[in-house]
Amino acid sequence: MTGLPRYLQIALGFIVIAGLIIVPMNFNRYGLFILSQWAVMTIAAIGLNLTLGYAGQVSLAQGAFVGIGAYAAAIMTSQGLPLISALGVAIVLCFAIGWLLGYPALRVQHHYLAFVTLAFSTLAFLVFRNEDWLTKGIYGISNIPRPSVFGFPTNRPLPFYYLCLGSLGIVSVAVWWLIRSPWGRAFVALRENPIRALSLGIDTRRYTLMAFAIGSALGGVAGTLYAPLTQYIDPVPFNLSLSLDLLMMVIIGGAGFFFGPFLGAMIAVLLPEWLRFTQGYYLMLYAIAVILLLIYSPTGLLGILDRLMAERRTKMASALRAVAQSKLEAAP
Amino acid sequence: MSNLFDLLVAGLATGAIYAIVAVGFTLLWQTSQTINFAQGEFVMLPAFLMLAVMQAGAPFWLAILIGIGLSMLLLGLGFKLLLVDPMLRHGVLPLAIATMALAIGIKEAVKQFFSAEASPFPSIVPAGDVSIFGHAVSLQSLGVLTLAILAVIGLTALLNRTSIGHQMQAAAQNPTAARIIGVPVERMILLTFLINAVLVALASLLITPIYLAKFSSGEVLGQAAFIAAIVGGFNQVRGAIAGGLLIGVVDNLAAAYVSTQYRAAIPLLLLIVIILFRPQGLLGRPEERTV
Repeated sequence: MTGLPRYLQIALGFIVIAGLIIVPMNFNRYGLFILSQWAVMTIAAIGLNLTLGYAGQVSLAQGAFVGIGAYAAAIMTSQGLPLISALGVAIVLCFAIGWLLGYPALRVQHHYLAFVTLAFSTLAFLVFRNEDWLTKGIYGISNIPRPSVFGFPTNRPLPFYYLCLGSLGIVSVAVWWLIRSPWGRAFVALRENPIRALSLGIDTRRYTLMAFAIGSALGGVAGTLYAPLTQYIDPVPFNLSLSLDLLMMVIIGGAGFFFGPFLGAMIAVLLPEWLRFTQGYYLMLYAIAVILLLIYSPTGLLGILDRLMAERRTKMASALRAVAQSKLEAAP
Repeated sequence: MSNLFDLLVAGLATGAIYAIVAVGFTLLWQTSQTINFAQGEFVMLPAFLMLAVMQAGAPFWLAILIGIGLSMLLLGLGFKLLLVDPMLRHGVLPLAIATMALAIGIKEAVKQFFSAEASPFPSIVPAGDVSIFGHAVSLQSLGVLTLAILAVIGLTALLNRTSIGHQMQAAAQNPTAARIIGVPVERMILLTFLINAVLVALASLLITPIYLAKFSSGEVLGQAAFIAAIVGGFNQVRGAIAGGLLIGVVDNLAAAYVSTQYRAAIPLLLLIVIILFRPQGLLGRPEERTV
């Protein structure tokens, strides 16, 4: 990302955004559904990337937060409340639960936190499945209405895709701003060396909880879009494997890279679709592709790019040095 | 009361199987920092390998031997050489993610090449009941419990009584020092992977007659073993055994006395409580904090 000149970066950004707006216009219903799903999963993965990639805390519960958001949206909009109020509830709820779940992170280190979140993830699934009065249990909630945005109904696939894309845009800008703010720098300090961060006067307790809570809240945001996207939810999509999938997206995209989740979600959502022509084999091929990628580059796709850029910079620097050297020698 | 006794025996039998799987899990963690998210699928696969050999016309005992051999080849040697070795130097997390992908791959391969339906699997213990202290106890539970205990005793004896076991422990505790005093660390690590492969094959043999052979059965098993390993102590073999037995019993009692809907929640709550108040596990030793 840093190897290109600034104007080229901005131009590239515009081309990608314009492409995301214009190209899907004549997609069919299914194509739009997959693209909307990509946008929703990217939001959840961005949240996890904040927790994992920037603050260095492993969470296996992001899928559960997507579930909490989705159920909040499904229950509230079925009662006739607007989606935006469900969004508020989901954000507050996921932020609070994420904050509480972060407490074990303060007591114990690295992989134990993963286990606590893993347990939470399964507990949340059990609640979704068993609390019939609230979630309608295994029968699920159907006919979830799609919202109207500023008076525009989003019942048709294309407007709803734009809603997902727009939400992704807002989340991206907010997170972009966050990781460049003092908070974001504190998160990275926390990941790189918690003890040094503490000695520099960073309140590591508060920032660990904060990283967890904000990441979880973004999972909730993704959930509130997921429910009106599928218009039917049951507990199954929110089991542990969604959390694992989201973790996989962040890692294969490149944890700690801003654009990592975008690429990771693209691989995880679109690659299985592209491989569908192989029929029963597509998930197997997907698994093999992920393993090969991780063996080749454990820092994910953007890790490869980063390595190439670094190599190019080193080559350019040594070329410049050689030129400077020859000039020095040529001078009397 | 007779009900409680039955529940305890059944719980100990499943718990013993969890313990075998959890021991393999902790062995891999200790010797090579591998958190194997595919451990449940590792238990699911050997049963299908044995079924395939039997379909080819081999008798059951031969199928078991070939199944264990194939398991050592694929899940022991193959897993180490193809996945763990290239990834280990990059840290714990990418390897853990790769094992998650492996879990998906194994599940899908079984679904595709064998069957998406549950298949029955012959039991190595004859059906029927025996009477103990006036209670009818199923031979199945008793046999599973006996075999699992024998396996655990055998493994503990190997680790604590033999030279190879001592070398394995040395390689796990301090590879550098072990290498200096002449322990073939690489070979010892390979050995733990082979032992894990035998353990999962054994667990597969014991649990599949009870729960049928199904491509998705690894998920529940893997998670149970995972919880057992953490509750007992992630860095101790005896911890994993205690954890496995405890989870098996708690799971069965919870199903009977608390609620069948939330039976899966009780071990998880136990897990959270343990992590909060005794993160090294019931029998584990605390890990030093690395700076």
